[in-house]
Amino acid sequence: MSTLEIKDLHVSIDTEQGTKEILKGVTLTIKTGETHAIMGPNGSGKSTLASTIAGHPRYNVTSGSILLDGEDVLEMGVDERARAGLFLAMQYPVEVPGVTMTNFLRTAKTAIDGEAPSLRHWTKDVKAAMENLKIDADFANRNVNEGFSGGEKKRVEILQMELFKPKFAILDETDSGLDVDALKVVSDGVNRASEQNEMGTLLITHYTRILRYIKPDFVHVFVDGRVAEQGGPELADQLEEEGYDRFLVKA
Amino acid sequence: MSETATAMSGEKARIGAPSIAGFTEEGENLSPVNETSSPIGGDAAKAHSHGPAASVPQASRGERPTSYDVEDFPALTGREEDWRFTPLKRLGALHKQAPTGAAPAVAADLSGGATVETAGMDDARVRSAGVPEDRVSALAWNAAAEATIVTVPAGAEGAAATLTIKGDSAEAAAQHLVVVAEPNSSAVVVLDHVGSAVLSQNVEIDVQEGARLTVISLQEWEDTAIHASSQQARIAKDAYFRHVTVSFGGDLVRMTPSARFAGPGAEAEMYGLYFADAGQHLEHRLLVDHAQPNCKSDVLYKGALQGENAHTVWVGDVLIRKNAEGTDSYEANRNLVLTDGTRSDSVPNLEIETGQIEGAGHASTTGRFNDEHLFYLMARGIDEKTARRLVVRGFLNEILQKIEDPQLEERLNETVESELAATEV
Repeated sequence: MSTLEIKDLHVSIDTEQGTKEILKGVTLTIKTGETHAIMGPNGSGKSTLASTIAGHPRYNVTSGSILLDGEDVLEMGVDERARAGLFLAMQYPVEVPGVTMTNFLRTAKTAIDGEAPSLRHWTKDVKAAMENLKIDADFANRNVNEGFSGGEKKRVEILQMELFKPKFAILDETDSGLDVDALKVVSDGVNRASEQNEMGTLLITHYTRILRYIKPDFVHVFVDGRVAEQGGPELADQLEEEGYDRFLVKA
Repeated sequence: MSETATAMSGEKARIGAPSIAGFTEEGENLSPVNETSSPIGGDAAKAHSHGPAASVPQASRGERPTSYDVEDFPALTGREEDWRFTPLKRLGALHKQAPTGAAPAVAADLSGGATVETAGMDDARVRSAGVPEDRVSALAWNAAAEATIVTVPAGAEGAAATLTIKGDSAEAAAQHLVVVAEPNSSAVVVLDHVGSAVLSQNVEIDVQEGARLTVISLQEWEDTAIHASSQQARIAKDAYFRHVTVSFGGDLVRMTPSARFAGPGAEAEMYGLYFADAGQHLEHRLLVDHAQPNCKSDVLYKGALQGENAHTVWVGDVLIRKNAEGTDSYEANRNLVLTDGTRSDSVPNLEIETGQIEGAGHASTTGRFNDEHLFYLMARGIDEKTARRLVVRGFLNEILQKIEDPQLEERLNETVESELAATEV
């Protein structure tokens, strides 16, 4: 079993108006096999937490720590974090021209595992995973995310998550822009990965809709860069009825 | 095609755009390379940058003078429209006097019926497809001692000829090559330039009726080479011509390929790939002359630049003449800048004299390595070096795939790899 510990994390970004603090002391512990939902209004710092864990250079950690089984994640490069077992399903996956999905998936898998996957099994795995996520077979020959619709990009993120088998996946608003059918397909993928690989999941979302398909063990409510409240799945139901107003007034 | 073209270019062909006095089609970006010889010089010349006052630009690309006589071309100053990006000082005097040194040796590897021979410059096949368009080409034309002629016999299927052109002298030399693809033949001809030379070359390519010909010109020179090459193709009725140029080596390489339609229903594809390192000047200026109705052309050149004073120039002239109804054409140039200190000039020119066309579009982009691409790939465990290579290789691969020869593709892939290995970014 692995543990991802976030302790009193403070994160700022540089803006034209100067430095702006976005995370103001976030503490959170996730174990493999658990699913944590992070909910909150826009601008509360949810996506900043996701990008900071992945190591996006835009975000500066001013204090606090992130530990993966006691190892200092903040000391690791972006690629090292991925190889250590962290995966970020991005909110806006970029298009990478000239690099085919096939080539990209194999290169990434090789980097993460430290050795090239056996060709025969790999091809079969990719094909099966694509079928599960209802991704058209010809996507394999297309360039990474190039010309994919918003929903297709999200499915391809989940495809990578299933193939790379991370210890912890952070899903940054993977549900946004998905219709109900796509939402089910994507949720099935997340559920498969957490059952089969004992994956820990940090599910970042604005809406409770996805929580009908992915059952969280814990719910954390983000407001203004802090965890304002946490609890079990019942907290999500409460939010669905009441919205975020209660927290905003308090803040 | 026209729909894709419009969507891709984001910039519509300027049909009936008013001509503005003092402006050339190439806009107002005067390269500084030859400015020292400008009568005004320095910043003053740059501020007044709508072309050299000394020469009046032609109204149309189709009016550029052509001649076999050197004296029909005035001495070059470097301010001419078609020379303004070229550092003449580094041209090994190819523009000044007849290059009389011994031409690089040609070794031929033939199959499928293709033949190679040498002939006098008075041979009927010389002057069949080309005529000099500038002084450098005319000087070489008249200085060439003989012509090397590759013939693909009528009806031959899948013929191939590889000419390895190996330079081993720093003396300025002229070389004349002729490729004749007889009616209804199909062939691939490779011109493989290696070693080092100071070479001015004229290549005539006669694509006869119904023939399918691919010519691949590889510039894998050593770092010291200077190479000017005019490669002119005449494309007959219903013929198909593909030209692929790959420039990696050389101190200065200036390729001027052209495709001229001589009969209706023909097709031309012109592809290019270049990779400029520190100090290298790689220039490609091409022309597609739609002088016949119902012809198709597609142009795509892609280049990467790295290192201090790596300079690439791409000028693509597509001319659709009044009688070229039913033309379908597209041209694009894409440059990927890998480091600081490089310069990439990219100028697509599209002249359209008839509205009765299927499509015409052009596009040009020059961009830096995208940090978000890098983050995305690295967030999947791929280290930075591999991620960069993946993107550059992918970028250039589109052209390598057009070569359709796995062995050659493999070799060029290795060259790209070694170029990338030299980057410490």
